[in-house]
Amino acid sequence: MNRRTLLATAALGLGLAFGGSASAQGLDKVKACFVYVGPIGDLGWTYQHHQGALELVETYGDKVEIAFQENVPEGADAERVLTQMALSGCNIIFTTSFGYMDPTNNVAAKFPDIKFEHATGYKREHPNVSTYNARFYEGRAIQGHIAGKMTKTNKIGYIGSFPIPEVVMGINSYYLHAKKVNPDVELSVVWAFTWFDPAKEADSAKALIDQGVDVIASHTDSTAPLAEAAKTNGAVIGFGQASDMADYKPSPRVSSIIDNWAPYYVKRVGELLDGTYEQVDSWAGIPEGEVEIGEITDAVPAEIKAEAEAMRDAIAAGTYHPFTGPINKQDGSVWLAEGAVAPDGDLLGMNFYIEGISGEIPK
Amino acid sequence: MIRLEKRPSPSRFWQASTPVLAVVLTMIAGGLMFAALGKNPFEAIRTIFWDPLFNPQFASYSRPQLLVKAGPLILIAIGLSLGFRAGIWNIGAEGQYIMGALFGAGVGLAFYPADLWFIFPLMVVAGAFGGWIWAMIPAILRTKFNTNEILVSLLMVYIAQNILSSMSLGLLRNPEGGGFPGSRNLSQYPAASNPELIAGTGLHWGVIAAFMAVIAAYILLQRHILGFHIKLAGQAPRAARYAGVNPTGLILLCMGISGALAGLAGLFEVAGPAGQISIDFNVGYGFTAIIVAFLGRLNPIGILLAGLLMALTYIGGELAQFMLGLPAAAIQAFQGMLLFFLLAVDLLSNYRIRLGSTKEAI
Repeated sequence: MNRRTLLATAALGLGLAFGGSASAQGLDKVKACFVYVGPIGDLGWTYQHHQGALELVETYGDKVEIAFQENVPEGADAERVLTQMALSGCNIIFTTSFGYMDPTNNVAAKFPDIKFEHATGYKREHPNVSTYNARFYEGRAIQGHIAGKMTKTNKIGYIGSFPIPEVVMGINSYYLHAKKVNPDVELSVVWAFTWFDPAKEADSAKALIDQGVDVIASHTDSTAPLAEAAKTNGAVIGFGQASDMADYKPSPRVSSIIDNWAPYYVKRVGELLDGTYEQVDSWAGIPEGEVEIGEITDAVPAEIKAEAEAMRDAIAAGTYHPFTGPINKQDGSVWLAEGAVAPDGDLLGMNFYIEGISGEIPK
Repeated sequence: MIRLEKRPSPSRFWQASTPVLAVVLTMIAGGLMFAALGKNPFEAIRTIFWDPLFNPQFASYSRPQLLVKAGPLILIAIGLSLGFRAGIWNIGAEGQYIMGALFGAGVGLAFYPADLWFIFPLMVVAGAFGGWIWAMIPAILRTKFNTNEILVSLLMVYIAQNILSSMSLGLLRNPEGGGFPGSRNLSQYPAASNPELIAGTGLHWGVIAAFMAVIAAYILLQRHILGFHIKLAGQAPRAARYAGVNPTGLILLCMGISGALAGLAGLFEVAGPAGQISIDFNVGYGFTAIIVAFLGRLNPIGILLAGLLMALTYIGGELAQFMLGLPAAAIQAFQGMLLFFLLAVDLLSNYRIRLGSTKEAI
């Protein structure tokens, strides 16, 4: 069940763009290029994207060539990097961070024959721009469940990167499921305002631990929060983020959200090779295998582990949606009525906390 | 034994040739590093220094990009160099750059979607004002309370960054942005944008301002009494007092000029290449400009060349990363080597290397 929204206007644009071009009958060889916001050795977000890129070579052999660039700042520099990649003969360019949204669309306008794929954004201003994202909030629900059950201080924490809907969505899902199993739970959110900065991430984790938080979820890319938790001799636990972060098993890392981009990359490049490529807005999750839940370790009691796994399986089977009403907004107004399921549009523009979370989204 | 002997006056020959020598030494040391990483060193160095300028596939795009990247560096470095010459250390250009961008973009966005001719000129004034006012804080604290302008101006950077986050999440947030942080894109609002003036040249108003600043600073330092005062205050503060230089006035002036130029750089960047105010709008131009100022020996022409050289290593470094698969860290190490050698061989213009020992060993 891959949800795709193919805009009518975009479809029209596609028809024009594809008219007589080689893509219609597929390419013999694809050069796939990747722009990364961090280093490939971050063992988190960028590492997982790079694993997906390497899977392309594994799958298609010498029909695919990959090139990539690390540590590209989000902004004017990204536009230059993208243009240089386009000039170097890339057929498809994956831009793997939210901040590349405008640069991706600007450069796509200049190179109509090259495909651009932007991760986690919402702008598809040209027929050659697609967007893709993963339903990380599904994994956050499982983490929230574990956090609510495992906390002894009834204080759980979340290290936010930037206050964008994707992150707010994760915070809400995490809190909602912790609260369900532990009505006394309190959530503290620390904003790091970075995707990758191990020192800042460690400081954020320290600040949470100082407040008495004993379960930390993070939305940043490095292993620094887990390294901080590891210094507490088992008093504080956390989760692997973006990547399994198995080095911190069995504790403090008790489970993880693993971004598995390989299936999407393999599919899109495959479509480019066989000529069936079309503009999409892809948002896959646990059911499609794009979001994986890393092994829940023995640090978690068997009963809690079984419940968490049952939730994972229900999400995979499509019988449970993490945002199912009744859910109120922070100000007490009704967001979802009893039994209602959150529409994707609400999630993608989410800029409010749900009822019970204290504090404000930075403004 | 090797020892150094101070020259009576700096050697003109070495002053001219040390930059070339430094580049050659960097190529050798960098080449060894690239070879150790298993890459062809000649290919790597050609990709960094030659391809952005002359490779037919990239040059038509990357040559103009040199100007885009060097423009803000030069503009900020020129302002800083005046203060540095007078012994006034404005380390907070990054903050002034941010505030210039915020003031300028704020003025532009306030008029959205009006299409009036004076919007962009007004933004330029607001940008310069934003940088100037931010530099005035450490300047006035210094002149009134004798605080250290190095510390104050540096700490003001972090305040500016927090204001930047607040603005991109609140006041200046794009109301049509679906809750995402960041302002409207000014490049899509013609009355407030700073576009490429001649297609394919990379020339925008910020680059023109940078060239004008180079010329103005050159004339100021060579021909104007103020330039003489600035140099005198740096080299002989007491003599400057006797010559009638007002130290308070000089601090306010130098901090003000450097702040205003940094603010202008921020405005031209936000209205042009960057396009929008976002949380991570600043990418360190204000700090890199300090390196550019010293690399150019605080001389306007030198700063122009140093800015272009820095831009070349950035752009060539990017090419080398994805064309040859060199890791980003290797490129940063290579840039570091260049700075290191430039500063190290600078010794030769002030000192002579002597072999053998004498009584007068230093």
